[in-house]
Amino acid sequence: MIAKTLQDMFKRYRRPGDVVFAVLFLGFSVFLLTQLGEQTKAVKRTKWFAQPNLWPMISLWAMVIFGFLHWLSSAMSPRLLGRWTEVGFWVRSLEYVAYFLVYVMLVPILGYLLSTVLFAVFLALRTGFRGARTVGIAALFGVFVTVVFRAFLQVKIPAGAVYEYLPDSVRAFALTYL
Amino acid sequence: METLFSGLSILAQWQVIIALLIGSIGGVIIGALPGVGAPVAIAILLPATFAFEPIVGLTLLLGIYGSSMYGGAIPAILINTPGTAVNALTTYDGYPMTKRGQGHRALSLAYSASFFGGVFSIICLMILSPVLALIAPHFGSREIFLAALLGIILVVLAHRGQIFAAGMLAAFGIFLNTVGLEPVKYTRRFTFDQSWLASGIDLIVVVLGLFAISQALLLLLEKNHAPGKAHVSGSIFAGLKELLGIKRVATVSSSIGVFMGMVPGTGEFTSQFLSYTYAQKTSKDPDKFGDGSPEGLVASEAANNAVPGAAMIPLLALGIPGEALTAMMLSVFYVHNVIPGPQLFESQMDFVMALYMALISLNVIVLVFLLFSTNLLLKIIQIPTRFLGIMILVLSFVGVYSLRNSITDCALAAGFGVFGLILKRLDLPIVPIILGMVLGGIMEVKLRSAMARVKTPLDFVDRPIAAILFGLILLILILHFRTLYFEFRNKLRPEPTAEPVDADHPNQQG
Repeated sequence: MIAKTLQDMFKRYRRPGDVVFAVLFLGFSVFLLTQLGEQTKAVKRTKWFAQPNLWPMISLWAMVIFGFLHWLSSAMSPRLLGRWTEVGFWVRSLEYVAYFLVYVMLVPILGYLLSTVLFAVFLALRTGFRGARTVGIAALFGVFVTVVFRAFLQVKIPAGAVYEYLPDSVRAFALTYL
Repeated sequence: METLFSGLSILAQWQVIIALLIGSIGGVIIGALPGVGAPVAIAILLPATFAFEPIVGLTLLLGIYGSSMYGGAIPAILINTPGTAVNALTTYDGYPMTKRGQGHRALSLAYSASFFGGVFSIICLMILSPVLALIAPHFGSREIFLAALLGIILVVLAHRGQIFAAGMLAAFGIFLNTVGLEPVKYTRRFTFDQSWLASGIDLIVVVLGLFAISQALLLLLEKNHAPGKAHVSGSIFAGLKELLGIKRVATVSSSIGVFMGMVPGTGEFTSQFLSYTYAQKTSKDPDKFGDGSPEGLVASEAANNAVPGAAMIPLLALGIPGEALTAMMLSVFYVHNVIPGPQLFESQMDFVMALYMALISLNVIVLVFLLFSTNLLLKIIQIPTRFLGIMILVLSFVGVYSLRNSITDCALAAGFGVFGLILKRLDLPIVPIILGMVLGGIMEVKLRSAMARVKTPLDFVDRPIAAILFGLILLILILHFRTLYFEFRNKLRPEPTAEPVDADHPNQQG
């Protein structure tokens, strides 16, 4: 009984969308392989093991062969329902990627502290947290991260352009720690 | 003895002690939070550690690595939700014990077994160190190339039932490492005339995307939930004594953990599975396994905690990581120009000794911390999963952006985040990509330098270690194809008596 359960735990399952991923990956691998001659160079008077195109060639052929076998095994298995729902889930992640990139672009303008607090609060609201306590905790988390990483650990994050408009007494502090 | 004192003096620096405390206790909390785990935390903290001394950065990361599994046992035992993936087997016997009102006993046993496994593996390493110091210098370019090749093969074959996927993803990792300006002939490879691709794709960007951002996206998009409330009452010191009665299982499981930890690509899952099977087969009460067996719990926890220490062996001795976390740690070495490998044991034995002592200390710190603060931890872990997603996404930015203040890196990491999300949703492995990137780079460099002295193909394996490694590669491949052949032959029988390992997907066996 337990052996069967353990086997269940360690074996792998196919999930809906597997074949879509297999096709996309195989297509991507084939595309890269077709670019091999264009994107790499074989250098004259250089032995095969030192050629710059050796490892891209090995890896791309392996990607294509394994990718094809993976696609074949997916295609030969019984079809699973919910393929496009799953693809929809992948696409939905792009929304958060967009928020993340907006945040990345705001940091050099608004500064790390303000943009992080705004980002954390926005995400809290977007993911359905409405209570003042949770939103407040999100804001505090933004402050905490800034203090730990920028002020304490002095991690390399540029100061915000808006800090230039701050009064002299605060500006130096903001430029260094916020 | 001199090396020991020298190692102690390195460890006694206040920065190292603070890193050890933060890493150990932070690792327990991170491990106890279902949905976070050590890879996410290490990926986020990795760039921050580049500013520290190598011993400080490594102690912090090792602290997280070594202690996360302790924390992962808490929700696994009390609420049937493993904190980290490797604690899944702990739920089998831990949760039934909790249901019988023995939660404190299960936790105590888990902590004790974890401590035993952790310390056992480090003692093994310390004993093995002189042997490693003797063997390591015999590893030249061709031996390291063959060891890296063996690592790649093992990583692919370890993903049984998903070998094709693991193979294509490992190859993808090798490909990613080749993108950019080739360092010897200075030709461009797959840059598509884009300047941002000329410097290549940074491992940290890929790691952060695949582990941290993908996890954040997953938590943000999936249904929100929080771990249930739990409280543990009663003494949790008793397990230390009870473990003495199960010392055979603890010792064998820890030994399996040490052995599996050293072999690239196998790690905690295989060691747990083997230990659990061993404990069940040799138990006087095998029927209790899966229904609250203390032996099962000890086997699982001792084995998985013995792995982190042992995983450091191939990393320190050969500079070859066996799994994703040690691959991440390798970058800390590289950033500080400390090259792990044979020379490290010759010239910086005190550094190696300090690392071992840091590993022992973290086990002591974690055990003491857990014995007194389990209930506090149970309150901390009740964070809703979507809020955890917010926290990880915010922290991921620090990891990526602090590398070189590049918006392109952030966009690339976000792209790998989506890719990682797809892999996680499809239950496909991420680790082969990371190991492909690291081991691919090692293979390229080492093949080039090894072949310069090779006249005929046989010269490549004319040294004893190279011959052993080559023989191992052949043996592993032959054994794998032999197993496939017998499985295939079983399937051809009209009424098969044996079920294939992956009954649902027999054609994915590879």
